[in-house]
Amino acid sequence: MPMVLLEGQKPGAWQLLKNGIFSENPVFRLALSLCPAVAVTTTVANGWILGVAVLLVQVLSSGTVALTRQWILPQVRIPVYTIIIAVWVSAIDMTLAAFAPALYAQVGLYVKLIVAFAIIISRLEVFASRYPLVPSLWDATGMGLGFLLALLTIGAMREVLGNGSLAGIRLLPGKPLLFFALPAGGFFSIALLMALFNKLERMAATRHGRPAAPRAAAGGSHG
Amino acid sequence: MVSRRSAWIVASLLSLLAGAVGTFATARAEVIRSVRIAPPDRVEIRLSEPLPQAALRPANFRISDAGAPDIPLAVKAVESPSPDRVVLTMGEKVSSTSVYRLDVLEPRESHTARPSPWGLLLTVVVSAALINNFVFTRYLGLCIFFGVSKKRDAALGMGLTFTFVMLTTGMFSWAIYSLVLKPLQLRFLQVLVFIGVVACLVQFLDTFLRKTQRELHKKFGIYLVLITTNCIILAVPLLNAASDATPLEAFGLAMGSGLGFALALFLMSCARERMELARVPESFQGLPIAFALAGLFALAFMGFSGLTFTR
Repeated sequence: MPMVLLEGQKPGAWQLLKNGIFSENPVFRLALSLCPAVAVTTTVANGWILGVAVLLVQVLSSGTVALTRQWILPQVRIPVYTIIIAVWVSAIDMTLAAFAPALYAQVGLYVKLIVAFAIIISRLEVFASRYPLVPSLWDATGMGLGFLLALLTIGAMREVLGNGSLAGIRLLPGKPLLFFALPAGGFFSIALLMALFNKLERMAATRHGRPAAPRAAAGGSHG
Repeated sequence: MVSRRSAWIVASLLSLLAGAVGTFATARAEVIRSVRIAPPDRVEIRLSEPLPQAALRPANFRISDAGAPDIPLAVKAVESPSPDRVVLTMGEKVSSTSVYRLDVLEPRESHTARPSPWGLLLTVVVSAALINNFVFTRYLGLCIFFGVSKKRDAALGMGLTFTFVMLTTGMFSWAIYSLVLKPLQLRFLQVLVFIGVVACLVQFLDTFLRKTQRELHKKFGIYLVLITTNCIILAVPLLNAASDATPLEAFGLAMGSGLGFALALFLMSCARERMELARVPESFQGLPIAFALAGLFALAFMGFSGLTFTR
């Protein structure tokens, strides 16, 4: 994990937010938590509800870990993190089921599965367990926003191409490309967007005259 | 003595299983010998003696879903191709995996048509492995899927380990859910409990294998570590809980999902090994092209959705 983790240096709020949204975007750059990125992004609304759920769970569990880290024994930290995440996921799950039942019916399974998302536990391990409350909250917000924005981007692309609408509003006349709303289209959309990210990054790197940083999304690592 | 004791345990388990299967067998009535659901819209009745011509009319037969016995399903036509067989054509679709109740007015008899346990098991397994393949249509376990599908050996080992762990955790969580959580109204704890069950069982399996089956552990132990908090393992108990599955269905879902995941991993690893030789545009190297490849597989798997094995 580059950039923010230089010990002793206090990272600023804006820097942390930017890091989560751009340089370490969970989906496009770290290639973490890919399952929901394909699964729920047939429409913007679905991407929105899961993105918000992840953002909330990330912020709440990062806050909890940052507050309680001096009492968590290092040997059992992973089970403790898992339990903390599971508690918050259950809370968010029940809240969504109560207040947004129609959307919840479509993404319910994935909301429960947030508990197994690699991005959340990796942020607890990498960041919240080493930094005090305020930077941890900013880091969690940045990561959550990065995830939310990635879901919205994929969702928007698939909804415009596959449905001819955006957030339920009709945009394009004529027959949409149904393919992008199908499961297979999700894989292709992510492939295209990731390739686009790679391309943009290489263009930016050549303009600044420095080599492109190695990154999970290009190397095919997993998490 | 150990072998005799284990033989006794196996025998008692088998007898339990036989008892469970036995409850599926239907009670024999007098004239009606058996009722078979033949999707999409037919019901076949086997008789021990022919019915009188007057009894061969739709109003004589009443078929309802066992879950909603008050609502009869429309019977459109009745024919008797041979003296010992009556075929009902229904006005709506019937499924070979649901339980139906048949009431006949003349002679006054009723019969319950249950899916045969093997048929049901096969249906659930095929449906989970092919039609609703975890990777290609439900998009679960993608992280592991893209991480481990580079080498064929690793993919196979991972797939087999997954199937085994899914079976154990799936059945264990099913038991806890339906025997403890549901009666005590503690369903809201399911996420917490399932993840605990998965973590404990994987840890237990790891220790057990290390102490008893050293060779096996050397081969598959490394995959076990990766499994603990994986969405695909957790999804099986959650899906079972959501659909209030019977033990047989829970077993079938765990088995089918595991096999489906193993199949997906194997296919993907074969394709990716060949892709190493291909010239890929620079922007697409690594994960993007793997995603496109998975998209092609997903397209191919859509062909299975035409199977009438829907649950």
